[in-house]
Amino acid sequence: MKTIQGKFVAEPERFEFSAAPMHQFELQRRDFFKILGAGIAVFVVAKEALAAQETAPGSPSFHNEEPPREISSWLHVGEDGTVTGFTGKAEMGQNIRTSISQTIADELRVPFESVRLVMADTTLTPFDAGTFGSRTTPTMTPQFRRVAEAARNLLIGVAAKEWNVAPEGLVAADAKVADPSSNRSLTYGELARGKSLAQNLPAEDPVTPATEWKVAGKPLPKVEGRAFVTGSHQYTSDIRLKGMLYGKVLRPPSFGATLTSYDDSAAKAMSGVTVVRGGDFVGVAAPSAHEAQKAIDSIRTQWKEMPQVSSKEIFSYLIKNAEPTSNERFRHEEGSAEQGLSSAAHRLDATYNVAYIAHAPLEPRAAVAQWADGKLTVWTGTQRPFANRDELASIFHIRESSVRVIVPDTGAAYGGKHTSDAAIEAARLAHAAGKPVKVVWTREEEFTWAYFRPAGVIEVKSGVAADGRLTAWEFHNYHSGMSGIETPYDVANQLTQYHQVPLVLRSGSYRGLAATANHFARETHMDALARLVKMDQLEFRMKNLSDARMRAVLEAATKSFGWPRKKTQEGQGFGLACGFEKGSYVATCAELAVDRSSGNARVVRVAEAFECGAIVNPDGLRNQVVGAIIQGLGGALFEAIEFENGRIKNPHFATYRVPRFRDVPEIEAILLDRKDIPSAGAGETPIMAIAPAAGNAFFDATGTRLNDLPLVSNGLRAA
Amino acid sequence: MAKLMEIEVNGKRYAVNYPPDTPLLHVLRDELGLTGTKYGCGEGQCGACTVLLGGAPRRSCQIPVSAVAAKPITTIEGLEKEGKLHPVQQAFLDAGAFQCAYCTSGMVMSSVGLLQTNANPKQEEIVQFLQGNICRCGTYPRIIEAVKHAAKLMQGSAR
Ligand code: FES
Ligand code: FES
Repeated sequence: MKTIQGKFVAEPERFEFSAAPMHQFELQRRDFFKILGAGIAVFVVAKEALAAQETAPGSPSFHNEEPPREISSWLHVGEDGTVTGFTGKAEMGQNIRTSISQTIADELRVPFESVRLVMADTTLTPFDAGTFGSRTTPTMTPQFRRVAEAARNLLIGVAAKEWNVAPEGLVAADAKVADPSSNRSLTYGELARGKSLAQNLPAEDPVTPATEWKVAGKPLPKVEGRAFVTGSHQYTSDIRLKGMLYGKVLRPPSFGATLTSYDDSAAKAMSGVTVVRGGDFVGVAAPSAHEAQKAIDSIRTQWKEMPQVSSKEIFSYLIKNAEPTSNERFRHEEGSAEQGLSSAAHRLDATYNVAYIAHAPLEPRAAVAQWADGKLTVWTGTQRPFANRDELASIFHIRESSVRVIVPDTGAAYGGKHTSDAAIEAARLAHAAGKPVKVVWTREEEFTWAYFRPAGVIEVKSGVAADGRLTAWEFHNYHSGMSGIETPYDVANQLTQYHQVPLVLRSGSYRGLAATANHFARETHMDALARLVKMDQLEFRMKNLSDARMRAVLEAATKSFGWPRKKTQEGQGFGLACGFEKGSYVATCAELAVDRSSGNARVVRVAEAFECGAIVNPDGLRNQVVGAIIQGLGGALFEAIEFENGRIKNPHFATYRVPRFRDVPEIEAILLDRKDIPSAGAGETPIMAIAPAAGNAFFDATGTRLNDLPLVSNGLRAA
Repeated sequence: MAKLMEIEVNGKRYAVNYPPDTPLLHVLRDELGLTGTKYGCGEGQCGACTVLLGGAPRRSCQIPVSAVAAKPITTIEGLEKEGKLHPVQQAFLDAGAFQCAYCTSGMVMSSVGLLQTNANPKQEEIVQFLQGNICRCGTYPRIIEAVKHAAKLMQGSAR
C-alpha cells in the first residue's frame, strides 16, 4: 500500500513547520520615513546581526542608509505623536494586537489608545518566521519594551538638547517630556517634528520588571473591538477589489488522484470565465461565485485513484510502518529503563491511540491576489506571511521583493494556517485572468484539503515501587510528535523515544502539537498507576514531582476544585491531569457525568490552573485559557477525522462534531501571575490537560479505562 | 438564469439580478458588499451567516434570495443606530465575548433574535437558542454572559 505524501514534508519531530531562513529586509531607510513621515524610529536587532553592523550597539546610527538586517521589531513616533509598532506576527484571535500595544504604551509612557500596530505585512513589517509555537509573547514583549524604552530615551534626549539641560532631570510621562525644574514640557509629537532620527539597539537591554508595569498587566479590552461587533472588520474573505473575480479550484475525488482525461470546452465557452490547467491543478475565475461554481461543475474529468490506508487500520499501520531510527534527537535515556522495570513492585504497560483531528477555524482558508507590473500582492490569513511570500516568489519565478503578503486579522488558525494553498491558487488564477481574484475555500474543502493534527500511537511501560515512587518510565510515540514527550516526573530510569512514520494524511501544526497526545498518554497512565498503588491522584503526583511550578499549579487547581471530591451522584467521576510545555504550566481537574441510559458523557465542571510567568493581559489570558479548555474538549471527547480510500468521510460540521454551547462545562480558570518569571506564550499549553483529566474522570465514573482519543466518539450523541 | 428581484436590507431597497436559488448570503456579501455577515459552512451548521428576516434570526446561507423579497432583512451592519451600538453589540464589547471574532456577527444577530422574543432568557434558554452557532475559539461562556448583560441593558433602556 502506498503512502500519500503531502505537498510538503512536515518537520518530523514536532510537526511544526521549520522556520524559513532569515532574509534581508527590503525596505530602505528613506522609504521607511517616506511611508511613515518624519519622526523617531527604533529598531531591535538580533545580536549576531549587530556584530556585523558598523554602528556600535546602542548608539544612534543616523548614517546608515539601510535599516539593519534581521530586525525583529520596530517602533515609530510620528510628528503628530502617533506611535506605530511593527511586527511580523499575525493576529488570529490570540489577542496579541492588544497585549503588544499594552507593552508599548507601558514602556513609552503613552496612552494605550495612541498606539497602533502594523502586523504581518511583508513589505511593512520586519521578517518573522511565523506566528506559532507560543513565541509571540516571550519574544515580542521584551523586544517592544526595548524599542519603546530606546524611543523614550531618544525623545528625552531631543528635549534636553532643545532646553539645553541634562537629560537626567527630565521625566517622560503621558506622551510628554517634562522638565520639573522649570515646569516646561513638550509632547512627543512636538519633539519628533522635523526629525528623522533612528536608532538600532541590541536585543539584550534590561527591561522593566513586571512589578513596575502600569499599562501591561491590566485586563484591557481587545483593540478595535468595535469593528468586530459591527461587522466592519475586513477579514481576508471580506476583501473586494475593483474588477475582482471569484476563483474556484477543481478538487480531485481522492488524495493523490491523477488526472487522466479532461474536457473544459463548456467552461471556456462561458462568458467572462478563465480556465487554468497546469498538471493536476484545474481552476477557474469568473465574475461571480456562482458562475465560478457553474464553470467548475461543467469541466469533465477522469482520475486515476490509488488504494490508501483508512482510519480503521491507521493505528496498526503506524506501528508497522515506523522508520528505524538512529537519530539521537529522537531518543532520550537516563539510567536503565530495563532495570527499573525489573526491580519494580508493580508494572503497568499500556497503549494509547490518538485520532487525526481538524482545526476547522470558522473562517476557512482564503486569499485575494492582485498582479500589477509583474508584482504580486496577496491578502491571506496565514500564520507565516514571509514563508508564503517566499513560496509565491519561487512558484511564479519572481523576486521576493516583488511579492507582498498582507495578513488581515484572521478568523483563527490554531496552527492550521501555515501553508499558502489558497494564496497560490488565487495568485495563479489572477495571473491567468489578468484581474484580481478571490479564493475562499468551502467548509468541505477546509475539512479535506487543509491538513490535520497527526494521528499517533503511544506505548508506555512503567514500574512503581510499593511506596508509590516511579522506578521506570518507557515512552514511545509513533508519528504524532515530540512536543511534551518528556515526563516532568522524577524517575531515575527512563527511556523516551519518538518514532517517525511517513505521512498518511497531510499533517502539520495544531495548537499544542503532540503535547495533547503525549499528555493524554502520560497522565492517563499516571492515573492508572496511582490506582495500582492505591494512592490519591494528587498525592501520587506530588510524591514524584520536585518541579515547584508544577506543584504550584496542581495545588491551585485542586484547591479550587475541592480535590479530593466525594461522589454524590450515580455516574459521577473526577479526574486530574497536569503538564508543562513551552515555558508554561497547567493543571486541570474535571468532573464528568455519565448518563447510563443514554450513554452520554458530559464534562460538567473544570478547574484549571495555568502559569505562564508574568501576565501581560489577564483578561486576554483568561479568554485564551477558557477557549483552549473548550476547544480541547472536542478532541478529548468526540472529534475525529474518518477517512477511507483517500476521502474524508466526515467533512462537514454535521458529521465532524465540534464543541457547542451545550458542551460547555462550568469553568474556573485560575491564573497564577509570576511577576518574577519572564512572560511565556499561552495560546497552546492550556489545551493539553483537559483530555486526560476527562478520561480519568470517565474511569472514576464508570470503571472503564479509555485509552483512545477521542474518548467516547460513538457513545456520545449531540445532546 | 438570473432574475431581477427587489430586496429590502437594513431599511434600503435594492434591485438584484441573480439566479433565484442563489443563497441570500452571497447576494449580501458579493453584491451589496455587506460582508459583516460571514460564511462559515454554507450548510446551515454554524450560524456565522445569521441575519434577521422579518425580525427572526435565519441562516442566510440556506435561504434562496427569491424567498426574501417580501420580508425586510437586517444584517449586523443595520443594528447600529445613529452611531450608537445596539445593546447586544455593546454587551459583546463589554464582556469581551470574542477571540478571533469571526463568529461574532452571527452570535450577535442570533442573540438579538432571542431577546426580541424572550426579554429575559435563562441560561438554559440561551444555550438552547444558540446551540446552532459555533464559536471555534470557545468563547461560549462570555457570549452567554453578554446575552444576559444585553437583556439588562435593553430592560434598562425600555424603562
Ligand atoms: S454559513 Fe450559514 S450556517 Fe454556516
Ligand atoms: S471568536 Fe473565533 S470563532 Fe468565535
